[in-house]
Amino acid sequence: MGNTHASGDNYINHEKGLWSWLTTIDHKRIGLMYMIVILFFFLCGGIAAMLIRLELFASGPLFDGNTYNQILTYHGAIMVFMVIVPGIPAILGNFFLPIHIGAKDVAFPKLNLASWYVFMAGAILAISTLFTTKIDTGWTFYTPYSIKTGTAVVTMVMAAFIMGMSSILTGLNFIVTVHKLRAPGMTMGRIPLFVWAVYSTAILQVLATPVLGITLLLLAMERTLGVGIFDPARGGDPVLFQHFFWFYSHPAVYIMILPAMGIVSEIIAAFSRKTIFGYTAIAYSSLGIAAVSFFVWGHHMFVSGQSEIAGIVFSFLTMLVGVPTAIKMFNWLATMYRGSISFESPMLFAMGFLFLFAIGGVTGIMLATVGLDVHFHDTYFVVAHFHYVMVGGTLMALTGGLYYWFPKMFGKMFNEFWARISFVLIFIGFNVTFFPQFVLGAMGMPRRYADYVPAYESLNKISSIGAWTIGVGFLVALYVIIEGLMSKRIAPANPWGAKTLEWQVQSPPTHHNFEVEPVVTAGPYEYR
Amino acid sequence: MSTVNQTAKGEHHYAHHFRDAMHEFLTSKEGIWVFMVTEILMFGGLFVGYFIFHALYPETFHEGASHLAWKMGALNTVVLIASSWTMALSIHYIQRGLNSKATMCLIITILCGFIFMIVKYFEYTSKIQHGLLPGKFFHYHEAVSQQLPLYFGFYFCMTGLHGIHVVLGMSLIGWVLYRHLKGEFNPHYFTAVEGVGIFWHIVDLIWIFLFPLLYLVG
Amino acid sequence: MNWFLALMNTVAVNTASAAGKSFMPPVGTEIASDVDNLYSFLLWTSFLGCVILIGGMIFFAVKYKRRTDNDKTPYISHNMALEFLWSFIPLVLFLVVFAWGWKVYHDMRVMPENAFEIHVQAKQWQWDFMYKSGKVSTNDFFVPVGIPVKLVMASEDVLHSFYIPSMRIKQDVVPGRYTTLWFKADKTGDYQIFCTEYCGAAHSAMLAKMHVVPAPDFEKWLQENEEGLTLAQKGEKLYNSKGCIACHSTDGSVKVGPSWKGLWGSTGHTMANGKSVTVDENYIRESILNPNADIVKGFSAGLMPAQQGLLTEDQLTALIEYIKTLK
Repeated sequence: MGNTHASGDNYINHEKGLWSWLTTIDHKRIGLMYMIVILFFFLCGGIAAMLIRLELFASGPLFDGNTYNQILTYHGAIMVFMVIVPGIPAILGNFFLPIHIGAKDVAFPKLNLASWYVFMAGAILAISTLFTTKIDTGWTFYTPYSIKTGTAVVTMVMAAFIMGMSSILTGLNFIVTVHKLRAPGMTMGRIPLFVWAVYSTAILQVLATPVLGITLLLLAMERTLGVGIFDPARGGDPVLFQHFFWFYSHPAVYIMILPAMGIVSEIIAAFSRKTIFGYTAIAYSSLGIAAVSFFVWGHHMFVSGQSEIAGIVFSFLTMLVGVPTAIKMFNWLATMYRGSISFESPMLFAMGFLFLFAIGGVTGIMLATVGLDVHFHDTYFVVAHFHYVMVGGTLMALTGGLYYWFPKMFGKMFNEFWARISFVLIFIGFNVTFFPQFVLGAMGMPRRYADYVPAYESLNKISSIGAWTIGVGFLVALYVIIEGLMSKRIAPANPWGAKTLEWQVQSPPTHHNFEVEPVVTAGPYEYR
Repeated sequence: MSTVNQTAKGEHHYAHHFRDAMHEFLTSKEGIWVFMVTEILMFGGLFVGYFIFHALYPETFHEGASHLAWKMGALNTVVLIASSWTMALSIHYIQRGLNSKATMCLIITILCGFIFMIVKYFEYTSKIQHGLLPGKFFHYHEAVSQQLPLYFGFYFCMTGLHGIHVVLGMSLIGWVLYRHLKGEFNPHYFTAVEGVGIFWHIVDLIWIFLFPLLYLVG
Repeated sequence: MNWFLALMNTVAVNTASAAGKSFMPPVGTEIASDVDNLYSFLLWTSFLGCVILIGGMIFFAVKYKRRTDNDKTPYISHNMALEFLWSFIPLVLFLVVFAWGWKVYHDMRVMPENAFEIHVQAKQWQWDFMYKSGKVSTNDFFVPVGIPVKLVMASEDVLHSFYIPSMRIKQDVVPGRYTTLWFKADKTGDYQIFCTEYCGAAHSAMLAKMHVVPAPDFEKWLQENEEGLTLAQKGEKLYNSKGCIACHSTDGSVKVGPSWKGLWGSTGHTMANGKSVTVDENYIRESILNPNADIVKGFSAGLMPAQQGLLTEDQLTALIEYIKTLK
C-alpha cells in the first residue's frame, strides 16, 4: 500500500519477486517485460539474418532450398511481427507515453498486462512451429503457395493473428490514454511529439490490424476447409489475398516507422537544446501519413496483374505520402539550425537515423515510380530500401531511444564509450551490408534467392561482411545495456537537460510516476 | 495493491489513475467503442470479400441463398433485436436501482442468445445433412453453380464468426449477471453492464447486415 | 583471397562501365533506355536531396556544436515560407516523377497490335514456351530481333513472375488467369530470365535463357518441330475429341451454344444480363472453365459441363489458339 514514498522508493523496488513482475499492472514494468522478450526475439531474428548472409556469402548452395526459405521466413516473420511492430510502442511507448502526458498509468492497466500475455501466447505459438514443420511461405503468406505448402502455416497464421490482437489492445489503450488521461493543462498542442507519433501509430494499429486478422483467419480456413476464396482452382482469386494483406501491411510499415520518428524528434530537440521546429507540422504530418497510408497498398502490387489504372492511382497516392515524410526531415534539420548540439550516443543514433532514412526515403520514391518499379520490384533494390527504413530507421531509433531513456528507466548511466563504439559498428556495418544491395537490385538480382548467378557474387560478399559487423555492433549495444544495469553510476533526474515531463520526475520514476498531479503550463520543448 | 480507491461498499470506486468515477466511466466507454471499431473492421474485411465474389458470381449467390431458410434467419433477427432491447432495458433499470427488473432483463437477454444459437444449430444441421458445406467438404450433388462451395464458405465463415461472438456475448452477459447478483452494480457504477451492452448491440448490428446479405439479397 | 581479387576486379569493371548507366543491366530494348533515363534523373535528384539533407545535418552539427553548457538557443517555432517551400518543391518534384513513371509504365502495358505471340506456361520450377507452330521449349527459347513479341502467361500451380532484366519488364504469372507482357528486342544475344515471385524450394533455380536471333535463324529454329502439329491444330483435335463440336459450330451456324466462327476479338458480345464483353483470352478461359458465370444472350444456362479441372493449361491454350484461327 505505497501511498507514502520513502526516498529511494521507485517502480523497480516498489514490490519484489518474480511474481510481482508477472502480475504487475504498472505500465513501466510492463514496458520492461516487453523489452526483455522483444530483445530476445531480436536476437533470434538476428541469428536468422546472419545465417541468410552466410548462405549468400558465396554462390553455390550451403543449405538446401527449403532450409534457406525457412530461415528467410523466420527472419521476416520474427523481425516484423515480434520485434519491429511491437518494438517501440510496447517498450518505450508503454513506459513513457503516460509519463509524457502527466498520467499515472495507461487508461486500462489490466488490459495492458493482458496484452503482454496475449503477445507472449502468440509469440510462443509462432516459435513452436520451429519444432514442428517449419514454415516456408515468407512472412507475407502469399496464396496459393501458402495454401499448397505442407508446412505449419495454420499455426503461424494463428500466432500472427494473436499477436495482432495484442497490437490492437495496446493501440486501443494508447488512444484512450491520450484522449482521456492528459494532466490539467496538457492540451493536444502540448503533448510531446513522441506521443503524437505513438498516437498516430495506435490509430493505425486499431484500424488496420483487424483486417489482417480476418485475412489470416480466411487463410487458415482456406487450408483447413478449402473455402476457395483465394484458391483459383475453386473459383477464388489469389491476388485478392495480396490486396487484403497489404491493406494491413502497408499501414503496418508506418506502424513500424512512425514511433521511430517520434523518438528522433525527442532526441534532436533535447541534444540541440532547442525548441523543435514546426511542432504542428510534425504532429499533423504523423496523422497525415497515417491517413494516406491506408490508400497506398497497391504499390506492392504493380506487377501482380492488377489493372494499369490501379497501378497509376496507387503510384500517385504513394507520392503524396512522400510529402509529409519530407516535411519531417526538413523540420529536424531546421531544429538543429542554431542549436547547441552535443553528440552523446542517443544523438549519434538520431543523426544516423536521418542519414539512413534520407536514403531509404529517396529510394522509396524510386520504387513508387510505377514505370521504374517494374524493374526493381522483388529485386534486392526493394530489400535494400526497406532495410534502410526498417533497420536504418526503426532499429536505429529504437537503440537510440533505449540509450536516451536508459538513465530514466533504470536510474543508471551506461558506458558512453562503448555506446559510441556500438553506433560506429552498426552504422558502418549497415551501409556496408545494404548499400551494395541497391546495386545488386539495379543489376537485377531477385530477392528470396537461395543462390544467385556468379555475376552477383562479389557484392554479396561485401554485404555479408557488413551484416556480421552489424551483428557485432548490436552485441556491443547489448553489452552496454547489461553493463549499465550492473554499474554503480547513478543517473541524475535529467542527465541530458531535456524539457519533457519524464525528466522532471526522479530516476527511476516512482510507482505512481507523479506524487502530485502535474499542472502543465507550457509546451514540451521550451528551451529558452 | 493500492490501485483501487474504494469507499464504502456498494458505492462507486475507481482506479488510482483516474480523477473520479465519471472519468473512469467515460474512459472505459471510449475504450469499448474503439474496440467495437476493430470488430466492425474485421467483419468489414469479410463483407468486402462477400461483395467482390457476389459481383463475380451473382448466380452462385442467388442459388446459395435459395438453400437458406430465410424464415429461420428472420426469426433470429427478431430474437436478436428483442435481446438488444432487453439489454438496453437492464442498464436502464440498474441506473434507477430497480435491481430485480434488471436481473430479469439480463436473464431474458441470455435466453434470447440461446434461442438464436438453437435456431442456428437447426440451420447448420440441415446444411450439413445436405452436404452444403464449405470448400472441400461440399458434397451436394444437385448444385448448378460451380462456385457453390465458395458461397457456403462465406456462409459458414460469416455466420460462424458471428456465432462465436454471440457465444462470447452470452458469456459476458452471464458474467455481468453474476456480478449484478452479487450487488456490485448501482446507479453510480455500471460500467461493465454498459460495456457488455455496447458489445451486444454491435453483435446484433452485424447480424442485421448479415441476414439480408446472405438470406435475402442472394 | 581469390574472391577478394575477383571482387576488386568486378568493382573496377563495374565502376568503369556503370558510371553512365548506374549498374543497370545492358539495355535490350527501347523502353529500357526510357527506364534508365528516368532512373538517372531520379538518381541525380535523390543525390541532390541527400546532399541537402545529410550535408545540411553535418554542416549544422559542426557549426552549432555545443560550446558551453550554458549555450542559449533562439526560440524558432516555425516559418511559414520555409515550410511551404519544402512541402511544395518536393510535391512538384514527386508529381513530375509520377507522371514520367506513368508514361513509361503505359508504354510497357499497352500491347502492340500484331505482335508475335508466345504462350508461357509456368510451373514449379520451370518455364515452358509454346509457339503457335506447335513448338514447345523449356527454360530456353528464341525470339526474332526487331519484332514486337507478346507473352501470354499462365501458371499451373503457384504465383511466379517473369522478369527480363535487360528489357526492364516484369509481370506476375497468376494461376487461374492470363497475364501479358511485351517487348521488342533491339539487339541479338542471350538474355537472362528470372522468376521473381517466391515459389518454393527451387525458386532461385527457376531460370531461363532467351535467345534473340535474326528472323531467318528464328524461322529455322521454329521449324524444328517435334510433334508436327501447330498449337491451333492441337486445339482443333481437342475440339473434336472433347466434344465441343456437339454444341459449338465453326461455320457460324447456331447449335446449342454460340458458334466459334468470328468469335475471337469481337467487342460487342452481349450477355443474357445485358452486359457486353470483349472476347479475349480471359473471357474464353472463363467461358470454358465456368460456363454458367455469364451466358450469351439467347442461350440457356446449365447446359454446358464446366471444364474446371478437366482441361490442362496446355489444352486450354491450344483451344484458344484454335478459336483465334476461326475468322
